[in-house]
Amino acid sequence: MLKSLYIDPEKCTGCLQCEMACSLENTGIFNPSQSRIKVFSFEDAGRKVPYTCTQCDEAWCMQACPVDAIKLDKHTGAKVVEEETCVGCKVCTISCPFGTINYVAETGKVQKCDLCGGDPACAAACPTEAITFVDANWTGLERMRTWAARANEASL
Amino acid sequence: MGWTRKILRVNLTEGTCKAEDLNMTWAKDYLGSRGLATKYLVEEMDPKVDPLSPENKLIMATGPLTGTMASTGGRYTVVTKGPLTGAIACSNSGGYFGAEMKFAGWDMIIFEGRSEKPVYLMLENDRAELKDASHLWGTSTWHTEEQIKKDNQDPQIRVSSIGKAGENQVLFSCVVNDLHRAAGRSGVGAVMGSKNLKAVALRGTKGVSGIEDFTEFAKVTKEKKAILAENAVTGQGLPTYGTQVLMNVINEMGALPTRNHKSVQFEDANAISAEAMAKPRESDGKAQLVTNAACFGCTIACGRISKIDKEHFTVVNKPQYWGASGGLEYEAAWALGAANGVNDLDALQYANLICNEQGMDPISFGATIGAVMEMYENGTLDEAAIGVKAPFGSAAALCELVDMTANGVGFGVEIGLGSKRLCEKYGQPELSMSVKGQEFPAYDARGIQGMGLTYATSNRGACHLRSYTVASEVLGIPVKTDPLTTDGKPELVMAFQDATAAFDSSGLCIFTSFAWSLADIQPQIDAACEGEWSLEKLSQVGERIWNMEKMFNLEAGLTKDDDRLPKRLTTEPAEMGPAKGLVSGVPEMLPKYYEIRGWDTEGHPKAETKARLGL
Repeated sequence: MLKSLYIDPEKCTGCLQCEMACSLENTGIFNPSQSRIKVFSFEDAGRKVPYTCTQCDEAWCMQACPVDAIKLDKHTGAKVVEEETCVGCKVCTISCPFGTINYVAETGKVQKCDLCGGDPACAAACPTEAITFVDANWTGLERMRTWAARANEASL
Repeated sequence: MGWTRKILRVNLTEGTCKAEDLNMTWAKDYLGSRGLATKYLVEEMDPKVDPLSPENKLIMATGPLTGTMASTGGRYTVVTKGPLTGAIACSNSGGYFGAEMKFAGWDMIIFEGRSEKPVYLMLENDRAELKDASHLWGTSTWHTEEQIKKDNQDPQIRVSSIGKAGENQVLFSCVVNDLHRAAGRSGVGAVMGSKNLKAVALRGTKGVSGIEDFTEFAKVTKEKKAILAENAVTGQGLPTYGTQVLMNVINEMGALPTRNHKSVQFEDANAISAEAMAKPRESDGKAQLVTNAACFGCTIACGRISKIDKEHFTVVNKPQYWGASGGLEYEAAWALGAANGVNDLDALQYANLICNEQGMDPISFGATIGAVMEMYENGTLDEAAIGVKAPFGSAAALCELVDMTANGVGFGVEIGLGSKRLCEKYGQPELSMSVKGQEFPAYDARGIQGMGLTYATSNRGACHLRSYTVASEVLGIPVKTDPLTTDGKPELVMAFQDATAAFDSSGLCIFTSFAWSLADIQPQIDAACEGEWSLEKLSQVGERIWNMEKMFNLEAGLTKDDDRLPKRLTTEPAEMGPAKGLVSGVPEMLPKYYEIRGWDTEGHPKAETKARLGL
């Protein structure tokens, strides 16, 4: 079964455990500035919103890369940057409509979410289940369940 | 390692910023944050200095677990000599600022001297620069944060700043970071103001790499997070209701100080409680509470984010206050509400917003208003003197006076002196509900006896966060004790004080201690830091820090007389509730406390105590 990250901003408290977990997994240290998932704060609304790559099927980044450095991981569906091939041209960062692939000045390469090979550290670290890793065909399941419960209550 | 092993020394008089190695001998004896910063202060500064002179130093310090995945690992402490108290000041804050300091590669920043012109420190990794802050002076903490991000074209900067209250040296002004978190007590904001230091802006991209054993650390911090999640207080009570869960509980115990401690129960407590915050308002059908929120790394998320009704009298035609913002937390709701007999929830949130916006401690501000209202009612002060009618219960007066104090207008300037100086000025010193000049927080010393001793002996003046015996006396953590007796309280207070000093010095939040004991933070520190960190060592670090703070105060000129409660609490019995007929037993507890501390009858640590602790 293919799985995908599912983000529910309503549950996010802004603790940044996801950013810490992501940086630990990918760089070996605690460094949110190197995290591939970012939590945005919308102060006026009191909302925190985690955001990362959604792994588009026809990924703009992959198609734009002139050296084929972005590969599909068939096992997870993730679009993965091959660091040794990447030349740091940044064309992918221009082509991605969502901004979720970014250049890293320190390495001269780009980085993006690779779903940690099928066990995303961000989802494991999230204390409120604002980030979950679920059946890619049923990311709407929890929301459907919530509304089904309301329909059920109304009919009682 | 845990530590970055680097400190930044900023001399504001000279305009210089210099990197230094962290003194690792001290780090191993005082851990970090509260303990280590106080050690630096004690070693470098004469405790007799005027707190608002250039001779005072101000230190912002992280702990070894700040900026890590340990739950709540985002705290930093502001340590200086407090202008409200003349004692050691040590104010702890969450938000994201502390972790950013570590990510930039620093354990602490020491500020010395006084700048001729307003400046702010911009610290981006290794690059430290004092920048002109003339355009920020006279503006709020909210504007300052926004403007610094704009000026530097970087939305990811984290900012700690003072508002107008700190600039005006309001004696209970605080340092605000991330819009609504604050190093709140003892007037640390006024010290920044006296130095012409408007703000500290941080941007760190280095991360925390110096963890002794990453694998063990990841494992043990995950196990400890599970304990917080499963605990009724940290897993359910605090995220759902926030600290405000206490309002009705403490009121029912007869320990909710009301109308400047004249009473111990507030008839309208429910109207200013967590339950009221979650209930749709009659006016606009919406609840004040929008959501809960976490500080950096925190898996508890007790913070409250709220909105005031746009039609409420405090914010009509003021759209800048219509958005979501921090509050109400229990201490602020009590100080602005019950302490003054005010029951208008949105008025309390408005006063709270102004405290955040211009950088004031809502506890000391609210409690000082309580004294003002009592002096208004007893005829000492009248409308002409104050500028408004100020009877107990007046939401209008509260909101008018918060504006006046925050902006340094009229009688607000006198309120900014705090209740002790204000009440002395008007010949009624006994009406200041304070110890060492710092106002009480939200627990009456007659209804919760351990808290009386906590206030009397707190090194930074009256405070609940030095030994929160409420945990034991009310919630039964770690064991239930009877709140109405003094038996065993000196021992309880001492144990809590020492453990809290260790928690505070680690970089973690003391709220974890509802679920964790020292034995739970010990393995986290041990995995992060080099060397052996046993439970015994950690306990002794806590006791050492407590005694060091006490010795600072003694050298600053404080005496046994400063370990007393106001007469009201020791001579006027509670008139209602479970504590009816009781006064605070501090006078009988204090000698026993000194004795078990290894102090003489005047409260001076004995030679053998100092020797045992290496002081």
